[in-house]
Amino acid sequence: MAVDLTMYDPRNLHLPEHEIMRSGHMACPGCGAALGMRLALKALGPDTMVVIPACCWAVIIGSYPYQALEVPVLQVAFETAAISASGVRAALAAKGRDDITVMAWAGDGGTFDIGFQSLSGAVERNDDIIYVCYDNEAYMNTGIQRSSATPYGAWTTTTPVETPKAEPKKNMVEIMVEHRIPYTATASIAYPEDFIRKMKKARSIRGATFIHLWISCPAGHKSEERSSVKIARLAVETGIFPLYEVEYGTRYTINHEPAFTDIREYLELQGRFRHLTDEHVETMRRNLEWEWQRLRAKVEMGRKLPLPPAPVKAPVDEGEREPAAE
Amino acid sequence: MRKVLKGNGAVAEAVRLARAEVISAYPITPQTSIIEEIASMVSRGSLEAQFIKVESEHSALAGCIAAASAGARTFTATSAQGLALMHELIHWAAGGRLPIVLADVNRAMAPGWSIWTDQNDTLSQRDTGWMQVYCQSSQEVVDSVVQAYKVSERVLLPTMVVLDAFFLSHTYEDVEVPEQVMVDRFLPPLELPHRMDMERPAALGNLVFPDRYMEFREKMDLAHGVALGVWEEVGREWGELTGRPYGLVEEYRMDGAELVLVTAATTASTARPVIDALREAGVPAGLLRLRVFRPFPAERIRAILGGRKKVVILDRNCSFGHHGIFHQEIKSALYELPHGEQPVLHGIIAGLGGRDITPDDLHGMLDGAWSGKITAPVTWWDVLPVKDRERAAVTMVEGG
Repeated sequence: MAVDLTMYDPRNLHLPEHEIMRSGHMACPGCGAALGMRLALKALGPDTMVVIPACCWAVIIGSYPYQALEVPVLQVAFETAAISASGVRAALAAKGRDDITVMAWAGDGGTFDIGFQSLSGAVERNDDIIYVCYDNEAYMNTGIQRSSATPYGAWTTTTPVETPKAEPKKNMVEIMVEHRIPYTATASIAYPEDFIRKMKKARSIRGATFIHLWISCPAGHKSEERSSVKIARLAVETGIFPLYEVEYGTRYTINHEPAFTDIREYLELQGRFRHLTDEHVETMRRNLEWEWQRLRAKVEMGRKLPLPPAPVKAPVDEGEREPAAE
Repeated sequence: MRKVLKGNGAVAEAVRLARAEVISAYPITPQTSIIEEIASMVSRGSLEAQFIKVESEHSALAGCIAAASAGARTFTATSAQGLALMHELIHWAAGGRLPIVLADVNRAMAPGWSIWTDQNDTLSQRDTGWMQVYCQSSQEVVDSVVQAYKVSERVLLPTMVVLDAFFLSHTYEDVEVPEQVMVDRFLPPLELPHRMDMERPAALGNLVFPDRYMEFREKMDLAHGVALGVWEEVGREWGELTGRPYGLVEEYRMDGAELVLVTAATTASTARPVIDALREAGVPAGLLRLRVFRPFPAERIRAILGGRKKVVILDRNCSFGHHGIFHQEIKSALYELPHGEQPVLHGIIAGLGGRDITPDDLHGMLDGAWSGKITAPVTWWDVLPVKDRERAAVTMVEGG
């Protein structure tokens, strides 16, 4: 079933008008990461601090002494986005400031791969941060190398067409869900109202929240700049990138029932899939079906389960403490 | 107030006195009792701080970097493998001009596994832009940690306060713990000029093109130059407040000394009675203890060592392929002396992997150098004899 894309006329969107991202950034034309940040900051508002590890946004923001965001930003080492956000949060807590949102904004390499350990640590501690992974499915900033977010069958410079990526994309959302954090959600630049609602929800939660944002990348996906939003929308409508959210690792909600458009419509718009054979596409279809069966089963499971019991905080009573070991 | 503290306990006391606001740390032997003690302080409320119990040393320092960037006074502690894992961020902390204080309990690097002391872990971080202070007693640890915050926050460079594994970290000593009121006067709250600030939103750490990068690095080097004077000033001020003044180096019986032992950390305390004994036997021996190693007090060392006859430099470390590291540094500092004032240098590498350096060892080194029995520029002390150097060099077993 083909999707009528005209129904998504941007003039019908209801978005916050205030812009925190300025126009003088260094993103490529058609960059989904630029649009993503613009929307994220519309949602979070000016009382926000942003942490950015090595990723496209380390460059997009502008070079010294310029920057494109009207909020404080800390650029950090590649693998440290989550702990850096935790560190900023700890400093704010030490200063008695609880009115500021701290957002880590990292790419898929910095999240799925090199930043995985620090992210797991931060969400296990349930640190009060919003972690957004903007996912363009490869190391685009370094010139399109495979990451563990690269989908099955895709070309990258390290998975050439003779041996395209043989493994499925790592399921980062489910890994976050298993940390039992208060809120995990997927989002897409093609569904800005949904994305903004999720960012606002994350902002309202005191604890670790994870947003997995799918973005297009004309340079890395080998697609037309003008098709960025269309491709992002097709990622959702084909079912390849489901829009859903999970509370406390239990309650699953599918936010948008896809049209299950033929995946060829999505694949054909991107040069990174041009080499695929019918067999490849058939494997993708079967995998997609299995993924949806699994997701729907989890929705069902969540309906039957109560939310996990909240942790009990130890009462502070000096008299009952054990003496410090020495 | 007098307390009996081991070196690690002294670190924790000092962190409490300095009112660190964010601690981000990961356990490693023999550093663990530092962070256990601090966790207990935070839990009981005797230290009002946020303690991020991270999943690695890499994150430990990353947490401090972010918290410091947001304006908080920060602390972490580690050893050996942990410090090596931090290496990327060691550079980052200095480049970010963040006044973080890190206590490193000197431990030998693996393989084979060793939990015992030597200095290769901290000295491998020599070129990162951090300041380094080597301590010889629990008292000096308490005093140096507090001073480190003051100097770091003045010159905007991080400091490593270094203590030997077990010989200092786990040895109990009588320590005068300063009063909180006095420390509060000495160390005002941190006001980092380039912090993340809602009133002045800026991006810290953006891409810098070649036309600007060098200037940032020159400033770091200039800050080290300024720091030499600040360490001296702060050490004097501390002396006025506590009766315990500190300098960049410590001299012991250097009047008329023609044979000088140069070393750092706890070995210096072992050396003092050896120097006394040599003096009694008529040997004009003296001791120069290195305390502040970065910034390197080259001028001071030149002034002290110029014109002496023989200098024995004891390194509990080695830059494989070229000397002990203190030896290299001192040799380069002395190059500027006029030819006639240059002492003969003997580098001794000893005590790696926690091997004890006894008074007898030190006596043997000094006596050997003085009597001419030691002639080599570099000697590996107290190692099994090697029969065939070529064969030994390519054999992965001891001796050979």
